[in-house]
Amino acid sequence: MSVPTVAPDVGVAAVEPKVRTRRVGGKPGAGNAVVPTLFMLAFLVYFLMPLGWLFIASTKSLDDLFSSFGLWFSHFNLSDNISETFSKDDGVYLDWLRNTLMYSFVSAGGAALLAAAAGYGFAKYDFRGKGLLFWFVLGSVMVPTTALAIPTYLMFSKLGFTNNPLSVILPSLVSPFGIYLMRIYAEASVPSDLIEAARIDGAGELLIFRRIAFRLLAPGFVTVLLFTFVATWNNYFLPLVMLSEPKWYPLTVGLAQWNAQATAGGGATASFNTVITGALISIVPLILAFTFLQRYWQSGLGSGGVKG
Amino acid sequence: MTDVTVTSTSVARVRVPGGRRKKPVGHHGAAGFLFTAPFMVLFLALFIAPLAYALYLSLYRDQLIGGNSFVGLKNYTDGLKDKQFTDGVRRVGLFLVVQVPVMLILALTFALIIDSGKIMFGKLYRVGFFVPYAVPTVIAALMWGFLYGRDFGPFADIANAIGSAPPNFLGEGAMLWSIANVSTWTYTGYNMIIFYAALRAIPAELYEAAAVDGASALRTAIHIKLPLLRPAILLCGIFSVIGSFQLFAEPQIFFAIAPSVIGKAFTPNLYVYNLAFADQQLNYAAALSFMLGVVVFVVSYLVMYASRRQEARG
Repeated sequence: MSVPTVAPDVGVAAVEPKVRTRRVGGKPGAGNAVVPTLFMLAFLVYFLMPLGWLFIASTKSLDDLFSSFGLWFSHFNLSDNISETFSKDDGVYLDWLRNTLMYSFVSAGGAALLAAAAGYGFAKYDFRGKGLLFWFVLGSVMVPTTALAIPTYLMFSKLGFTNNPLSVILPSLVSPFGIYLMRIYAEASVPSDLIEAARIDGAGELLIFRRIAFRLLAPGFVTVLLFTFVATWNNYFLPLVMLSEPKWYPLTVGLAQWNAQATAGGGATASFNTVITGALISIVPLILAFTFLQRYWQSGLGSGGVKG
Repeated sequence: MTDVTVTSTSVARVRVPGGRRKKPVGHHGAAGFLFTAPFMVLFLALFIAPLAYALYLSLYRDQLIGGNSFVGLKNYTDGLKDKQFTDGVRRVGLFLVVQVPVMLILALTFALIIDSGKIMFGKLYRVGFFVPYAVPTVIAALMWGFLYGRDFGPFADIANAIGSAPPNFLGEGAMLWSIANVSTWTYTGYNMIIFYAALRAIPAELYEAAAVDGASALRTAIHIKLPLLRPAILLCGIFSVIGSFQLFAEPQIFFAIAPSVIGKAFTPNLYVYNLAFADQQLNYAAALSFMLGVVVFVVSYLVMYASRRQEARG
């Protein structure tokens, strides 16, 4: 794999992702834009309709869910649904929410720190075996995470280490793609002259990393942080195989279980309203995070996308 | 961020092959190794070790008579002959050759339309199309499961209102495409943002020449923008290939609604999961998940290799 030769291209994009003014041919409203506009509007409906449905459905009681039209409101029952969701099964939903937050924050923070240090090490130092190590890390980007989850489960279960928070967090700390991004980012944004100058001033390597390099790496760090956060928040397969007690479940595994119960149960146990309301609550934090941190995910996605 | 000027200097740096890498590092190398060490330790313990352990397990078999014994590659040859496994791989392959191009073409079209600046409210589409990415696959599958459903899905409501039979989205023939729709819904916006960011990174001078020559927006898109997007398309393609082979959450969620259609081996991943947890066939499951990983690795590598060769030929 000829990665080192391609890498700097990505660095360029990673560092200056979005600072470009509108350019030629881009007079808004110029030309015939009716067809593209209708096309885009149709797809806007497609992408937002399910979320609209979810919100509307979460305002309905179980009876109304079955009896009223799906895409319009009936009696407004949202607060009842929310309290029912949080009190169901002795309030286990709150545990799931807390677990999801904990797994996501710890995994994202840890993975981003590890990636920043390792990416910086790969980018700014030469040491024996570096090429081989990096090649290994890079090759592993293409190993599907679920193909890894079963082997990891088998190993952890042999060691008696399943069904605890660390069995979900530890595997989430290893983010080969994060290393790759941070190496490219460090190559492009931490000038070697600056490191040299700090050395001449007598600063140790760790001090240089903490005080100088890390600051320059901050945007890349936030990007890796965000992506690991989303990946852990959305993760289903790993916690599903690792955890056996509902009190350790994240939201994804818990809600899937409630849904399976509701579908299988029917009648009084078919509490689809809690599944729907629980689903709505579970996506609100990420949607908010994406809306407020747009700058970061857009530049982050960009830096991955321009890779050669 | 004030990194605007980096472009030209970094590009210049790239063009000097290997020049910049020869910096006097000398005795600082050890520090570099130490910076990478924390990650490498975890990488060895949680990436390499599980794979090695699974490889080891896959060479054994737990039998009722004789206990745990070495069987060599028998689990693998059995896997190649296991119709449930090969059918699952074939199904995922069909999914891949249809869903991935549809999704990437849609994402490209959206990105090119927004980038052309010819429509208003570009930002609205960028955010609106991307929002589904913030929805976990499991939740997306739950949601679409309800939407597809006959009890309170809006499609069934509409069909009932006009007096026709509700569509059977989760039947034998439609299931794979209903799952494909969930993936398309979730990931199209994500790919669109990648393409859009790549488009924004193209130097404006390239368009100016085209504009001077009087090229239309469509011609500019096809002849200038698309070729420059090749790396981004390649990256998205590889990630989508990897994602397709991992299909699990959607079929596993839909199993609750349509158990007879999904069965226990709709996708290879679901099969491996059921083998390991329902059937306790750990050795066989290890072999299959290993094979699956190898298939993904080889397919991704081939995609990359083919693309590079094409690029080299020009």
